[in-house]
Amino acid sequence: MKFDTKRRVFLKGSVAATSVGVALGAGLLTPGAVLAAWNKSAFEAKAIDKAIGAAAGSPTTTPSDKITIKAPDIAENGAVVPVSIKAGLDGVTSIALLVEKNANPLSAIFHLPEGTLPEVSTRVKMGKTSDVIAVVKAGGKLYSARKGVKVTIGGCGG
Amino acid sequence: MSKSIKIRAKAKNGITTVKSLISHPMETGFRKNKKTGKLIPAHFIQEVVCKHNGKVVLNCEWGASISKNPYLAFKFKGGKKGDTIELSWKDNKGQSDSISTKVR
Repeated sequence: MKFDTKRRVFLKGSVAATSVGVALGAGLLTPGAVLAAWNKSAFEAKAIDKAIGAAAGSPTTTPSDKITIKAPDIAENGAVVPVSIKAGLDGVTSIALLVEKNANPLSAIFHLPEGTLPEVSTRVKMGKTSDVIAVVKAGGKLYSARKGVKVTIGGCGG
Repeated sequence: MSKSIKIRAKAKNGITTVKSLISHPMETGFRKNKKTGKLIPAHFIQEVVCKHNGKVVLNCEWGASISKNPYLAFKFKGGKKGDTIELSWKDNKGQSDSISTKVR
């Protein structure tokens, strides 16, 4: 049974990846140097659903109040917005961090092996006021949380 | 000794906290050079791997929207004083760096 759900997630993931492939073929995304490990399609996706789909395997996530995002309500400087994500869930295998209104929403994917606590902190750039989204994969399921951050000076372009 | 990475690892009550700072421009590829009007090519870290005594404890994939001079902090279970922590990064231009430190 468990195997089946995993397989379904995998299938959904490949569908999402295909749609990015189509976008690539249509010239919407510029192909560059391809790195084997780096999830290029996820990082270059412009739509939030596609980015989540390519990064986590499925664009569908369940909102969870067990995930806490620590970020400022108002960021004076969008170039440096400290973000901490903490998930009070068991069996977390990965955490994806996205900024909804950035040109490429996906900021980072953290892969956590067993023994690493589901708690990471980093700093991101935000182009404008937007939600920060955390997508946490725990026990093969996807959970998400979001938090709005108001940006007074953008960090992209400039 | 690595010049681009600063790292600190501290063990407390069976949990090790790793904090690190990497100096890197993290260019998005969207910014323009104000004098020439040309786009500054993207240059950012794509992969960060952290190992504890040779075992991977964190593997990150990063996009260009991580801030300049990235900061990273995380925790893992286990680890004691004197253990080896190794952190390495690789960017989209193929440059890389790594550092090794001891848990305090």
